[in-house]
Amino acid sequence: MLIRNSRHNNPANIRSPEITPREVFESRRALLKACGFALLSVSTFSQKTAFAAMEGSGRTGKSIAAYRKTSYGAGEKLTSYEDVTTYNNFYEFGTDKPDPAIHSTLFKPRPWSISIEGEVKKTKTINIEDLMRLAPLEERIYRHRCVEAWSMVVPWIGLPLAALVKWAEPTGNAKFIEFISANDPLTMPGVRMPILDWPYTEGLRMDEAMHPLTLLAVGLYGEILPNQNGAPVRLVTPWKYGFKGAKSIVKIRFVERMPITTWAKTNPREYGFYANVNPNVDHPRWTQSSEKRIGAGLFAGRVKTQMFNGYAEQVAQLYAGMDLKKHF
Amino acid sequence: MVKQWILYSKIAIWIMAFLPLLRLVWLGIHDDLGANPVEFVERYTGTWALVFLLGSLTMTPVRLFTGQAWPIQLRRLLGLWMFAYVCLHVTTYIWLDYGFYWPDIVKDIVKHPYVVVGFSAFVLTIPLAATSNQVMMRRLKGRWKKLHQLVYVIAILAILHFWWLVKKDVTEPFYYAAVLVFLLGIRLHFKYFKCSQSHSASLKNQAV
Repeated sequence: MLIRNSRHNNPANIRSPEITPREVFESRRALLKACGFALLSVSTFSQKTAFAAMEGSGRTGKSIAAYRKTSYGAGEKLTSYEDVTTYNNFYEFGTDKPDPAIHSTLFKPRPWSISIEGEVKKTKTINIEDLMRLAPLEERIYRHRCVEAWSMVVPWIGLPLAALVKWAEPTGNAKFIEFISANDPLTMPGVRMPILDWPYTEGLRMDEAMHPLTLLAVGLYGEILPNQNGAPVRLVTPWKYGFKGAKSIVKIRFVERMPITTWAKTNPREYGFYANVNPNVDHPRWTQSSEKRIGAGLFAGRVKTQMFNGYAEQVAQLYAGMDLKKHF
Repeated sequence: MVKQWILYSKIAIWIMAFLPLLRLVWLGIHDDLGANPVEFVERYTGTWALVFLLGSLTMTPVRLFTGQAWPIQLRRLLGLWMFAYVCLHVTTYIWLDYGFYWPDIVKDIVKHPYVVVGFSAFVLTIPLAATSNQVMMRRLKGRWKKLHQLVYVIAILAILHFWWLVKKDVTEPFYYAAVLVFLLGIRLHFKYFKCSQSHSASLKNQAV
């Protein structure tokens, strides 16, 4: 016997709690896609086909309407968009280089707001849209040197951190700035594991933060930041090792004492607060006198690492008189 | 019958050893080695060397459990394939990674603990590979076994090499370490537990 349930046959009769909310529906699809990719990546013979199947490897498709070009990095050969967006250290999404591109599909970089706390006139928050209007956006091509002895050249889009600092109105007690990254176990699978002491925390000295090279990046290659690169906003300090660049920033705290940063806390012998690129100070794990350029190919060899990653002229005076072997 | 199975197993090992190489060449030809191809080849050859090392260390436990001699006849082939992958690994490091630039290579080997242990493991594999043939086995007699016990040192150094290379997430080296501990544990179990059992049994027999 066939029982017809008229209530369920008529769409107009579906009670609203039975309707899957749009976000849940979409996040399920993204989850399924991520799972499918995970399966594919272990079974496939070729790496590229696996990446082609992955949604995250395509462009974000959301270009930034207005930004001006600058002369920073003129003449540098850019690292390809594919390499910049699939070879990432972003442990919140996993510890392998392709992990962030694969596992960040559920992450939602909008709506987004950053809270400004600590030694400021008054605690406040700013959303990502307002932040992007604090100063004219500009494209800057920066060399990016990882402590693991590889490097890239990335066309970032962003604004000087100094613009945000001015807007935040820090008090005279503010000597350092602490950057705290997002820490959402639902959308960031890496933070479910005790790999690092979450949330990821980074910091700068006030004069480093105010330096014109210091950028709050909101995009790359003309588009808004992909999730795996630290969407919606990340720090870029090109004369320091890449791990200084806090990603997906949710909180900025002005403090009087030097903050304890994540990697320095994890392994103080290997990672310091300053983390300036320095070919003369070796790391217990990696030679720092030379580096591999990503995308240069199998037979390209290494290039010499430059003091302060080649930005010595602009930043060396920040560290005048300091023993850089001690303050590594 | 057993001989035939040994032959089939050997063919299987050859195929298993060639497939990863084939894949590597395939990826290389199609420019598909990823953003950091040198690191990829280093990781790849190193991982396969470790797999064959653990494979060769599996043969003795299999013999102990089955009481058959044939696993030992596969051991050399697995060990030599480990050596082949180790050689590719070291060649990648010296050539593709450091471009034969010896000052940096020496500095890297001397200064960084994970390279020190890795390089030591490589050096120790050379005498084992060199004395793996029948002639050397016969010539060295009792000393051969002693010499080839170096494989335990090599295995521990190889795991340390992997463990210390990793920045924070040691999940992957942990799996390999667990397999090694398991394989060594079986040996200890047979050596001390089973042996003492048979030993007391023989004592009882004497008493009777």
